[in-house]
Amino acid sequence: MAEPAIRLAGASASYGGRVVLHGVDLTIRRGERVALMGRSGAGKSTLIGLIQAHAPGEVALVPQAAALVRTLSVFHNVYMGRLDRRSILHNLRTLALPARADLDAVAAVLARVGLSEHLRSKAGALSGGQQQRVSVARALYNGRPILVGDEPVSALDRQQGGAVLAEMARTHETLVLALHDVALALEHAGRIVVLNAGRIVLDAPARDLDGAALAPFYETAA
Amino acid sequence: MSALRLPRPGYAALSRWFLAGALAALLVADLHVASLNPWADLRRLLGGLVRPDFLSVEGWSVVYTVAFAVLGVGLGAGAGFLLAIPFARSRTVRGVCAFLRAIHELFWALLLMQVFGLSATTGILAIALPYAGICAKVYSEIIDEADLSALRVLPAGTGAVSAFLYARLPDVAASFRHYTLYRFECGMRSTLVLGFIGLPTMGFHLESAFRQGRYGEAAALLLVFYALIGSRRLWVRGATLPVLALASLLALPETVGATDVGASLVRFLTHDIVPAPLRNADVLDLAALARLWAWFRPILTDQVLPGAGQTLVLAQIALVATAIGALALFPLTARRFSGRLGRPAGRLLLVVVRSTPEYMLAYVALQLLGPSMLPAILALAIHNAGIVGFLLGRHADDLAYRADAPTGLNLYAYETVPRLYGQFLAYLLYRWEIILRESAIFGILGVATLGFYVDAAISELRLDVAAVLILATALMAIGIDALSRALRRALRIDTLPTRLSAPLPGATSP
Repeated sequence: MAEPAIRLAGASASYGGRVVLHGVDLTIRRGERVALMGRSGAGKSTLIGLIQAHAPGEVALVPQAAALVRTLSVFHNVYMGRLDRRSILHNLRTLALPARADLDAVAAVLARVGLSEHLRSKAGALSGGQQQRVSVARALYNGRPILVGDEPVSALDRQQGGAVLAEMARTHETLVLALHDVALALEHAGRIVVLNAGRIVLDAPARDLDGAALAPFYETAA
Repeated sequence: MSALRLPRPGYAALSRWFLAGALAALLVADLHVASLNPWADLRRLLGGLVRPDFLSVEGWSVVYTVAFAVLGVGLGAGAGFLLAIPFARSRTVRGVCAFLRAIHELFWALLLMQVFGLSATTGILAIALPYAGICAKVYSEIIDEADLSALRVLPAGTGAVSAFLYARLPDVAASFRHYTLYRFECGMRSTLVLGFIGLPTMGFHLESAFRQGRYGEAAALLLVFYALIGSRRLWVRGATLPVLALASLLALPETVGATDVGASLVRFLTHDIVPAPLRNADVLDLAALARLWAWFRPILTDQVLPGAGQTLVLAQIALVATAIGALALFPLTARRFSGRLGRPAGRLLLVVVRSTPEYMLAYVALQLLGPSMLPAILALAIHNAGIVGFLLGRHADDLAYRADAPTGLNLYAYETVPRLYGQFLAYLLYRWEIILRESAIFGILGVATLGFYVDAAISELRLDVAAVLILATALMAIGIDALSRALRRALRIDTLPTRLSAPLPGATSP
């Protein structure tokens, strides 16, 4: 079996006295495609945050809000995915005069999420779905092996979302994605982890599950 | 630039225009250092500053400083409150207020001195008049921004006063209090500056201490002043206000000079500031009009235009220097850059910088560097960069960064500055008019801006010429204010906070 990429043992978290995660144990191996599921408030975002903090040097993150710098171009927002691997001088120069090679590299990544014509647009001028794809492109360009995403395709339709998930899987060894679309999760993930009230209540291979098996976790609480 | 069209042409293009304007202004500005040995002077100054001589502080000057500020700001804020009520509806009131605040308190003092002499009235009115104009505008804005939902559900037929007291005032009272206290801080600085032209405040003693090289005394005065400003929240409160006002009235100094105020006021208005060719002349007399033009033309070509040119040169350089300074300084007060220990130190530094009146900074820089535009640029840039840097630091702490945001210079260049840039421009465009007015009065220190000609005209007792020059300054300030507002609207940053006193809105959404 492949070595673990992420290993959380007894992970807990609370906000302002309210416990949101109760001692979660979770091991994710290299090459796994994990979908985190559960109602809103179940602790998915908190768990995503813990996973990112666990191995920041290996994680490319797609945060829940697109978190773009609206005043900068799409190019600059995607380029930010590798700021830490370039010299400061190169980064400062890129703000004013981007190098051809960087422009081409970013354009190639944008093509993968269907945004190649927006290289020079201002990020703040894009629609919500486009901004989310820029955020995904930033993580793709980051290129670190574990791609962690908090609802990375929530603003896209199912077909677009599926294409973006396939692109993520193509270049990133390990995926950990919070998803709410059951069909997308079953289609693109190899393993489904369901959270409820801060605890893992289901952890199974996707091939053993279907929509009906997951439905109880999405019914509104009585 | 060729490879990539900048994302928001508005921000970048505006910055480039201002930068180009400042560079062009640098070419014509006089920047030479005339002092023989600025470093030796600076060493003596710093040597004195670290050994403050508190025993030499004239106690009454502290009392007068506070008294002038309390009464001047009290009168100005009171009048401003009354003017704020018709402000939104009446074009006349707006015009009067724009005029009142377009003239710097130092110019008001120079004019008022002709009528009231070196008296408490001059000092108080010099603060009260421009502050009434600015308070009216800001109070009116606060009223406009207020939440009106309570007003709409009042029973029909509720009287205007009751409606105001119950549904409006409670919502705006906190902002009013906050802003008035901030104005009081400005008033303290203004009183200090008025001392430089002879009123018996701490500024008077500061000026003579600096001029005569008694740096120990200057340091003590400054420290007392910072302590007064820093502790203002403790002693300026609702409960202490009546006591402060009464004590201030009782403590006012006696008049020096002019005595018969009524007669001097009449003479001032009907003779002194009336253009010389029109005095005792029939206004409809064509010959008098021709003489008026003959009188006015040399003033326009030899004083107003060159003075306005130099004022703009100084203001534009100072504005861009302020911008660069603010971008360099704000990380000192932002959590992500200066850390837990550095941040309080950075904030203290910027608070001290902003509490120091720019006029005094310019005066000191002038002593060190000799007469040129350089001291004025330094003074304006240091003071305003302190203010804008402090405010940007607070906004920077409010930003919500993503979990994997970069750090250090990368964070600064790619996240913080781009996100704050609109706010940064809003503050700078707002400071533009203030910097212009300050640039004009720095003429009194010897830079050939409009204030230089005003000072000369007043010392020659040509008050009609001084009035024309001050009017020209006011028109420039009003013009810059209008341009600034138009630019802020065009960039869609006109709704961002520009008021220095306003509490920041809560955490911004990502």
